[in-house]
Order: sequence, then structure tokens, then C-alpha cells
Amino acid sequence: MIAGTTFFRSSIVRLALIYLGLFSAAVLVLLGIIYWTATDSVSRQIDKTIDAEIRGLAEQYRQGGTVGLIRAISRRVEEAERTRGLYLVTDHAFVPLAGNLSRWPDATPDAEGWVTFRLAFPDSEGGGINFGRARLFDLGGGLRLLVGHDVRERIRVSALIRESLIWGLAVTIAVSLAGGLLMARSLRGKIDAINRTSREIMAGDISQRIPASGRGDEFDQLASQLNAMLDQIERLLAGMKQVSDNIAHDLRSPLTRLRSRLEITLMEQQAAPAYRAAIEETIVEADRLLETFNALLSIAQAESGAPRRAFDSVRLNDVLRDVAELYEPVAEERGVRLEIGRVDTLSLTGDRTLLSQALANLLDNAIKFTPADGHVRLSLVRDGDAARIAVSDDGPGIPEAARARVQERFVRLEESRSTAGSGLGLSLVAAVARLHGGALRLSDNAPGLEAALVLPLPAAPARDSGGSRHD
Amino acid sequence: MISCIAVPRDGRVGPAARCHWTGAMRVLVIEDDPETAKFIAKGLGESGYVADIATDGRKGLMLALDEDYDAAIIDRMLPGLDGLSLVETLRKADKTLPILFLSAMGSVEDRVQGLRGGGDDYLTKPFAFSELLARLEVLLRRQGATAPETKLKAGDLEMDLLTRAVTRAGQDIDLQPREFRLLEYLMRHAGQVVTRTMLLENVWGYHFDPQTNVIDVHVSRLRRKIDRDFETPLLETVRGAGYRLRAPH
Repeated sequence: MIAGTTFFRSSIVRLALIYLGLFSAAVLVLLGIIYWTATDSVSRQIDKTIDAEIRGLAEQYRQGGTVGLIRAISRRVEEAERTRGLYLVTDHAFVPLAGNLSRWPDATPDAEGWVTFRLAFPDSEGGGINFGRARLFDLGGGLRLLVGHDVRERIRVSALIRESLIWGLAVTIAVSLAGGLLMARSLRGKIDAINRTSREIMAGDISQRIPASGRGDEFDQLASQLNAMLDQIERLLAGMKQVSDNIAHDLRSPLTRLRSRLEITLMEQQAAPAYRAAIEETIVEADRLLETFNALLSIAQAESGAPRRAFDSVRLNDVLRDVAELYEPVAEERGVRLEIGRVDTLSLTGDRTLLSQALANLLDNAIKFTPADGHVRLSLVRDGDAARIAVSDDGPGIPEAARARVQERFVRLEESRSTAGSGLGLSLVAAVARLHGGALRLSDNAPGLEAALVLPLPAAPARDSGGSRHD
Repeated sequence: MISCIAVPRDGRVGPAARCHWTGAMRVLVIEDDPETAKFIAKGLGESGYVADIATDGRKGLMLALDEDYDAAIIDRMLPGLDGLSLVETLRKADKTLPILFLSAMGSVEDRVQGLRGGGDDYLTKPFAFSELLARLEVLLRRQGATAPETKLKAGDLEMDLLTRAVTRAGQDIDLQPREFRLLEYLMRHAGQVVTRTMLLENVWGYHFDPQTNVIDVHVSRLRRKIDRDFETPLLETVRGAGYRLRAPH
């Protein structure tokens, strides 16, 4: 409902009032034009009639002389009741000879002999003041002729138009006011629905969504935009909750271990070197903790989408070459052969550090899980609109069920927990892939695992910008 | 190259620059967490520095402007005046002392912002003290650096930056491009401890920690090439800190 005090502050009401003003002005102008045109045309009509009569009477005078004229005028006076004509013939001393006016008007005629004067007698319909409009004509020989018309007709037309003008305006105002208020109420209702949902969300229920009318209008579009935004916020919140849950889970047990080790060391009376050893172990444990913490932070950062602000052009083949070079000695030391397969020249817009880290994690895992004398293969291939960076190994692989699980947010494989590292490697890779609009695809390499980072490429120019390079 | 005697102390090393400055180096620590500030000051004291502590931005700025410090370690998030604005003010006042940013904000964007704002290095919290010390020493040494060299020398190990030839006691050593850059970095910081993170950042340009310690493998590969056939090892591992290329006279 629209409350009294906020009524005029409502932009919808303001809008309705502005439109009301505009409509009224338009109606006023329109009717004004009609009024002016109509009265003007009536006047013109009257003047034309008078002219014609004068010409007719002048003809009568020329043919029948004064007698003929007076007879003609008398005939017309008889019909004057119907024709609303005014006639008067006077002699040189302005003494009336014939006609239905009692005396010659005092008003001064204009250049063409037109004159407007007040009529002494009330009109037949009892209406108050009446005016006459007439043309004066000198017949020669001292005779003067006046032919006119009373203007009641014109006044009636004017009054009629004035009346319809007032009514028209009133109806316009009434209709647009009512329409405006209805519109205001309807819009207000839709906006209230958005406000209500916002309040409920602020009160803590993020699952609320703005209802849509289903008409697909602007409000539905707004609602679907806002709902999409809420979905994204909800996802991020869920991610954050997941991260804090993980932090709690992953950091609590090592922290507990760390604490109890220190406590035990403190409890037992020991020689200095034993303390030293305990402290060193504690530092190692703390470093591991920090590693886990950093991994969780990196994932959370990638999940938040914040790095997109710093996106830059990245040459994927350079990333691949650099990371491969970084890991080549590690592979060699473990007796694993690192093979570089086909490498296309591809660029995309992204975060070089995160992409490098993601690839490093994949390579790290592959090398770690491949037995000595095994192979790890690395390739970068354009696959339709996407770049596909594949790391395949002939290690033990990941069971199908677990492969699906690793795609989920922050899910880690129990199998990888027992080995060195934070066990968050693949989660980060998946997060980085999502950050770039892509995905991490794990598949069977029979034997072993193929982990592919599938990243969408920009429409066309990427290939050209990358292809011009020779090295 | 200035040759200095590094004084090993519990696996760490004292300020290498000690030999050409008389008296201890003075370091200003601007850090609002008193525990961390005390820990840094104590560690610096142990390593032969004199450290002053300021716990808020304004006091820190006053000290940095009034006193003559050799270096400053500045937290980015400070009460009163944030670290970034503080450093920008210092640079505008023509203070050229090396500045090491310390921050819990560790994204690449934050780092770039810090370095553009006038910081010389950027260390993310939490950090190992050995990392802080190693970086501080590199910064202090950089202050003394003169014209760009074309030849680097550490003991009987020589590197020609123009011909990219490396010899030890006159014997040619064949290095891969990355090994060359790794050795170059180590030689430029001969006598100083360089951490794995510093190597990863400066030689590879990566700002993340790989799961496996790949740097160790690269260093041991390099070590095989420069030390295996010689009596005195040059490239040593500093436990709990990183590596150091010895620079004997």
C-alpha cells in the first residue's frame, strides 16, 4: 500500500503526476485549436451570408428603386425570425424606412464597413445580451443599407465547445489520475515484492528468490537478473562455508598434533638436544600446516573469481614449456620419462600464475603416482573452441567413482591424503579451470590417469597472435 | 664484486654487508602486531642488526623521515596510516632506503601494487624468519651494487654474462639456459643465503609453492655440474633456510 507521507516521494506517483500534467496540457491545446477553428469558421460563414445578401439587396435597389428595396427588405424581415437576419434602410438623416432595427448603430465601422453592436431586444429564446454583426452600405442618394446577423449562433458554438473542453479536460484528468494510480500501485506491488525478498535475504534466508510474473517483461528480466546474482552469491557463500569447514577440519588435527607434541616435550624432563629436535619437528609440522593453509587460500581465491580483475593474455604453450622445464629434473630423478607431445600455439586471457600452478599440480601428481620407468605425457591441443592441456601417466589412476567426486568443490581423494602434499592439488586445478570458464576432466588412460585442463579460447584472434611467433 | 666475510650463526648468516659499514646496520620495523614486531626485532638483533619498532603507521613514518635507517620492514595493514601510503610518502620525500613489505595479502595483484608503490620486495605472512633475513640481506646488498657487470666471480667459478660461458678453475662447464640463470642469481648473491622461494620467484618468475620441492632437484643438478669434479664445494645447503654459493677469497 502507498502510505500518505511517502506518497509524493514515490517516483512512480511523481511520474504519474508528470504524465497527468502533460496529458492535460495536450488536451487543452487540442481543444483550444478546435475552439478557435470552429468559431472562426462560423464567423466567416456569417460574413459570407451577409455579403451575399448585401449584393442581392443592392441588385434589388438597382432594378426596383427604393420601393423595390423596401419591399425586398420587408419580405426578409418576415423571415428574420428564422434566418436571424438584421436589416435596416435609412434616409440621409438616419430615419429608418424599413427593417427590423429601431435605429442606425452608433458604432464606427471598419474600413470595409463591418460593425459589431449590441442589440437592444433580447433574443427570442430569452437569452441575455445579444450582439449583432453587420455591414453598412451606402446606396447613394442618401439611402443607407445595413445587413447583418445576430451572432447568437457563434456564441452558442463557442459555449458548446467551451463546455466540451471543460468536460474533456475533466475526463482526461480523471482517467489519467486513475490510470496513474493503478499503474503506480501495480509497479509498487512489484517493487514491494523485490523489497520484501531483499529484507528476507538480509534477515538471513539466502534461499529466497524474487517471484516473476511469467510475462517476460522488464520486471521479470530484473527479477531473473537479481535471482541469478543471488544464485551466484549463494554458491560463493556455500563455497566459503565449505572452505571454512575444510580449514577447520584440515587444520584442527595437525594443530592438535603440534600442540600435544609440545606438551609432551614439556612434560618429560629432557636434555637440550631432545628439546631442539622437538622444536625442529614442530617447525616442520608448522610449515606443513602453512602449506595446507596456503593451498586452501589459493582455492578460495580462485573460487571467488577475484583474479579475473588481473587477467592478462597468456600463451599456453609458454606456460606448458616452462612448467615442463621446472618438473623435468624431478621426473628424471624419479626415473619417470616426461614426454612432450603435440603442443599447439594457443593464447587465452587468464591468470598466468594460477594456470602455471594448476599445470604444476597436475604434473606433480602425475610424476608422484607414476612408478619408476613409467611415462608422463604432456600435450596442448586445440579442441574446437577450447584448449586442451592433457597430462597423462601410466600410474595407478583414479577409480571412476572418485573421478567424478574430485570435480566437486573441495572434495579430496582419500588416496592422495596419505602421500606427501596437502592433498588439495586437484581441487585447486578444478578451481582454476572454473575461474577460466573451463573444467578439469579426468579420464582413464588405461592404465593410468589422463587429467585434462579444458579451457575455452577467445573467439578468433588468439590463434593469429600466437601463431606469428617463431621459436 | 664486493667480497665480504659471512658469519654463520646457527645455520643463518649475519649481515654480509657488515664489512664495509662501520657499526651495526639499522633496520626500522613498522608492524602493528607487537608479538610479530618483537619476534622480528629479536631475530634481527641475533643476526647483528639494530632494529627499531613502530607499531603504527604515523609513528613509523616520523621515524623513517627523521632517522637514517639502512632498511625498513613495513607491514601493509597498519593503524593510522596504511603501509602502502606510508611507502609512497617516503618515496616522495626522496627516501631511497630499501623497503621490504610484509603482508597477509598475498595475491599477485597485491604484490604488484606493493612493488609499484615503492616497495623493493614483498613477503607474504606467515613467513619463516630465515626467508625474511635472506631477503633483507639481498636488499641491503642491492643498495651497494654499482655498474652492471659483465663477469661474475665466486672463488674459482667464473661466469661471462656476454658470452654466457661458465668456467671453474679454467674448466668449461656446460649449463642449460635455466641452470645458467639459476647460477647467475646465486653468483650475484654469493655469500648470501637465498631461499627456495626467492629462487622460484627470481629465476622462474613463479609466485606459488610447488607441492614437490622442485627447486632442490634443480639445485642439486646444478651442484653436480659445478662441484662434482672439484675439491671444495661451492654451493652449500643452509639447513632450514635455503642455499648459499660460497665466495672464498
